[in-house]
Amino acid sequence: MKPGFVKKSILPGFSLSLGFTIFYLSLIVLIPLAMLFIKSSSLGMAQFWSVITADRTLAAYRLSFGTAFASACVNAVFGSIVAWVLVRYSFPGKRIVDALVDFPLALPTAVAGITLTELYAPTGWIGQFLNVLGIKGAFSPFGITVALTFIGLPFVVRTVQPVLEDLDPQIEEAAASLGADRWQTVRLVILPVIFPALLTGVTLAFARAIGEYGSVIFIAGNMPLKTEIAPLLIMTKLEQYDYAGATAIAIGMLLISFVLLAAANYFQWLTSKNLGKV
Amino acid sequence: MNTRTEPVVIRRLFIGIALGFFGLFIVLPLICVFYHAFSKGWVVYLQALAHPDALAAMRLTVITALVAVPLNLVFGVAASWAIAKFDFKGRDLLLSLIDLPLSVSPVIAGLIFVLIFGAQGALGPWLRAHNIHVIFALPGIILATIFVTFPMVARELIPVMRSQGNEEEEAALTLGASGWKTFWMVSVPNIRWGILYGIILCNARAMGEFGAVSVVSGHIRGLTNTLPLHVEILYNEYQSAAAFAAASILVLLAIVTLVAKTVIEAVIRRGHTA
Repeated sequence: MKPGFVKKSILPGFSLSLGFTIFYLSLIVLIPLAMLFIKSSSLGMAQFWSVITADRTLAAYRLSFGTAFASACVNAVFGSIVAWVLVRYSFPGKRIVDALVDFPLALPTAVAGITLTELYAPTGWIGQFLNVLGIKGAFSPFGITVALTFIGLPFVVRTVQPVLEDLDPQIEEAAASLGADRWQTVRLVILPVIFPALLTGVTLAFARAIGEYGSVIFIAGNMPLKTEIAPLLIMTKLEQYDYAGATAIAIGMLLISFVLLAAANYFQWLTSKNLGKV
Repeated sequence: MNTRTEPVVIRRLFIGIALGFFGLFIVLPLICVFYHAFSKGWVVYLQALAHPDALAAMRLTVITALVAVPLNLVFGVAASWAIAKFDFKGRDLLLSLIDLPLSVSPVIAGLIFVLIFGAQGALGPWLRAHNIHVIFALPGIILATIFVTFPMVARELIPVMRSQGNEEEEAALTLGASGWKTFWMVSVPNIRWGILYGIILCNARAMGEFGAVSVVSGHIRGLTNTLPLHVEILYNEYQSAAAFAAASILVLLAIVTLVAKTVIEAVIRRGHTA
């Protein structure tokens, strides 16, 4: 160990635990992920570019990002309302609702996939009503958005909820005593404080939605250029033994995910800064 | 009037919107699974679960979790010890790297192991020469599962271990206990609920993983099909009742996970206030 690398402590086991952590991390995560980049470097820039700008790839990226964005927006609105209601109001069954918020994370994605497909298919419980309205539920971008909304809900609720709980009651009372009406207090005092947390949650939901596979492939329809998401395109390329193509599309997705992750971390940092200030 | 709340009408409206959204997205799918699972009666339900392929799939799912969860548990304890108990340079970077698998698409997680161990992969020729099967076999399924569940114990344990502080360990060491004895007698009992919490979340994801396992499994019936893959095959063959019967087992797993999670959270909270 270099001097100054670690702060002195009488606790033992630093080298052992850190050594094992880095060894296992490298073995399972870092080296395998590095293989992806090594593989793509054998592709050559021109070939890489031609794969990720092919019509089918661009259509898949567009669909994945578009539906992920739409579902993140839906969750931003309804996720905040669910979080608000869970923190501020009391109603029968509240504890069950609170526990079930994590249901989409606990439920295997394939089960979510077939269930939502069954619900939103033209003859399904919800699909038949959508049919009357002229909306195609399953096998359309609408269906993909539904599945991604299901998957993303806990991310928004679980990042906004603790911030609402930690909110100092005094700032609301101060706003009210200074003559602000309730709507002004919510809009001008509460919303700005929870906004970074909301952005963090939405970004996490968005990032998860882009890579999501199991819950989407059943409801998507999987028509090339129309309802084929990016992860499915990787799968298709793999089944055709086009490893180079699959790798190129995967690199494109990964780079965007990493940018999103950095953004989420930045919003998280803003949240803690805000909470420290008020 | 309380200045921190809204008129009754607004309150009811918001609760209504939240519960409506919740019912549509969470409760209705839950009912739907069991409705379809039992749509052809108990007999078909039980037959679907007792089918040899279903039993083989359940066995494979349990074996996978039995290998992946303990490995990630050992990692989680080691990582949280290093990160929560010590202050060193690059700690934040290490934390981000540990969370990395959560932001990688499951399909990409499968892909990276195909690139290493597949027939055209980096180690492909060597593995073939030694007649070792990783992809389309159990080792690949386990590796992919370990990757996707990699941070799940660590990220639950780190905050728990950090909130415990170092004082109790320091006291034990000062009184002459050995390092390992301190770890087993002081640290582990303090984080036991955190460990259980991490195991439960990690196990749920390990048993339910679909995308990553789907890439490396090869879908060989009775051999490399986990329970989620079994659900997929049945559903694609239009055996809807059987598919939902198998799915209902996974839903029960999810419900048990949530109940256990809620109970443990309550226990941990009580421990903090006591």
